[in-house]
Amino acid sequence: MSEVIKSTVAEFNITYTQFLDESGKPSQDLPSIAKDFDKLIKLYRFMVFLRAFDTKAINLQRTGKLGTYAAILGQEAVGTVIGELMQKEDILAPAYREYGIQLQRGMKIQDILNFWGGDERGNNFANPHDFSMCVPIASQCLHAAGAAKAVQIRKEKRVVVAVCGDGATSEGDFYEAMNVAGTWKLPLVFIVCNNQWAISVPRHVQSAAGTLAQKAIAAGIPSEQVDGNDVIAMHEVVEQALDRARNGDGPYVIEAITYRLHDHTTADDATRYRSQEEVDQAWQREPIKRIHNYLVANNKWNDDLETKLQEEMKAHVAEELEGYFNMPKPKATDMFEHMYETLPDALLEQYEIVSQG
Amino acid sequence: MPEITLVEAVTQALAYEMGADNNVVVFGEDIALNGGVFRATDGLHAKFGDDRVFDTPLAENLIAGITVGMAAQGLKPVAEFQFMGFIYPGFNQIVCHAARMRNRTRGRLSCPAVFRAPYGGGIRAPEHHSESTEALFAHIPGLRVVIPSSPARAYGLLLAAIRDPDPVMFLEPKRIYRHVKQDVPDNGEALPLDTAFVLREGNDITLVTWGAMIKETLAVADQLTNEGLSVEVIDVATVKPLDMDTILQSIAKTGRCVIIQEAVKTCSVGSEIAANIAEKGLFDLHAPVKRVTGFDTTMPYFKLEYDYIPSEARIKQAVMETLEY
Ligand SMILES: Cc1ncc(C[n+]2csc(CCOP(=O)(O)OP(=O)(O)O)c2C)c(N)n1
Ligand SMILES: [Mg+2]
Repeated sequence: MSEVIKSTVAEFNITYTQFLDESGKPSQDLPSIAKDFDKLIKLYRFMVFLRAFDTKAINLQRTGKLGTYAAILGQEAVGTVIGELMQKEDILAPAYREYGIQLQRGMKIQDILNFWGGDERGNNFANPHDFSMCVPIASQCLHAAGAAKAVQIRKEKRVVVAVCGDGATSEGDFYEAMNVAGTWKLPLVFIVCNNQWAISVPRHVQSAAGTLAQKAIAAGIPSEQVDGNDVIAMHEVVEQALDRARNGDGPYVIEAITYRLHDHTTADDATRYRSQEEVDQAWQREPIKRIHNYLVANNKWNDDLETKLQEEMKAHVAEELEGYFNMPKPKATDMFEHMYETLPDALLEQYEIVSQG
Repeated sequence: MPEITLVEAVTQALAYEMGADNNVVVFGEDIALNGGVFRATDGLHAKFGDDRVFDTPLAENLIAGITVGMAAQGLKPVAEFQFMGFIYPGFNQIVCHAARMRNRTRGRLSCPAVFRAPYGGGIRAPEHHSESTEALFAHIPGLRVVIPSSPARAYGLLLAAIRDPDPVMFLEPKRIYRHVKQDVPDNGEALPLDTAFVLREGNDITLVTWGAMIKETLAVADQLTNEGLSVEVIDVATVKPLDMDTILQSIAKTGRCVIIQEAVKTCSVGSEIAANIAEKGLFDLHAPVKRVTGFDTTMPYFKLEYDYIPSEARIKQAVMETLEY
């Protein structure tokens, strides 16, 4: 029998971009952003601020002053760059670990702490259109698609950014959102923050796909992988995706490779499922030290500046805690206030019971 | 003015509101060129174009999720689910997001959306095309569940649902999509939500129902009227939140009540109405409240669907038992 002839009808490849290696040394020719030291220092300062906040928030939880909190330790570069590049009028549909973006888009430390402190008022932050933190995994991807459709119908030059985790890419919502974004050519950029873990489930258990970026191929969307701990690489890749979407060239999927250095949340104990050795190795790749080393190597940063910055950011975080600590408990009737625009008559009796205490 | 059916009244309301408000967009499966499998969106695509009337990929969770996204960004989306039996993939988005967006953000974002779905049995359809699961949605704080039972109410209530600033499940009893025709002026006048409609006034007994069961209930009411009884018939219309005042006022007058629903009996809207009557109208009653419902079985394939759906005979028997109690 002769061999069956099968012709190739589709092929794909997924690229990975890194400019700074683990130690902060260039791993290839650097793009122009790498010489924009004002910008890099700005991003660096923000990442240090994020880590100071993150450390404080974990501490607040440990001392009983905050509910469960999801740390961003080790993932600071991803949010920092996305927040830097999004325009004010763009729309963010985040999961629950995107403070790096949100703190650049109107959300305050106090809002984040209110959210994790059991108070809906944390979601009433100073941004008229961004979605609030989304807990049902991946479901925000569809809100992003709907928002992008609204933007498209109104012919606005805005981009919607959906951010989700590696675990989220197993959910139908993620696939459905990519699929519709592709067929409708929506101004929507998906950023998968692949921190290697979905609570205790490692990346390889989520999927046999070699990359998460390649999931976009089936939806007809271009995609790529990027070193999510490399500020410069993130900046290059995210900027291009946002520009494309803004110019009407449609959606994009970016898989940002990073690592969750902390437990999943403060309610989790990661020692049950991953080795210290793995975590130690991941610390070698963390984003803040990397850009720090690059700045120092270019004589743009030194120990003096570092000491001052650390103090400044701790003080900055401490200042913002006041608002959280001084927040009065919501009134019990607040449960009813926003169920509907106008409270239906059928709920008045229950409202009365609560208002009388 | 030509008389129109319930499904035509749905189309008329959609067309009216799309003309009046540019933010209204209509989408779903097969709703654009095809006009929907029941033709509820017939002609809308031709009139309003691709940007406002569009087919989605075949994914109900997607339909529900993008509805939430569009509504939060200022559009007034009206999503069609082809059949209520296929709405469940979207349940997560409706329950976890549509119903909670306003509350979660303290009013910063909201979900002024309508989720339309034909529901109920009686059209000899295949499996999953015939259930009445309004109670699943009525259970959820933050949602409204509205069910029209005549062309005029389909028109007026759908307009109200689209204009409402909160999410509305608009469930269309497809068994009576084309049952009666009515003169429904296309004047853009909405009917009130959260309000039950007294269709017949009477003093001897109150029949409470909604959706397609209006058909059998009114038929029984007619028979009883011919037999000299005075029967009050209430169309609940908005099953969440419930207008118990109208029902309780009626019971204060009649002292007797039969609730008729197509849905299964347990944990149903009828259960909720009966519980409210027990809480607030007990001493007005001359007889126990009776419920005539679908059985607590899986909706049978269509050979038995009329054995499942409450018949005029079952309703009449319940009414007689209640009257003679
Ligand atoms: C639909 C849904 N299922 C389960 C959970 C419980 N849960 C919370 S976080 C999480 C893991 C998410 O992993 P990933 O998407 O990688 O995000 P990460 O937490 O790593 O940022 C799970 C299973 C949830 N919130 N939503
Ligand atoms: Mg993860």
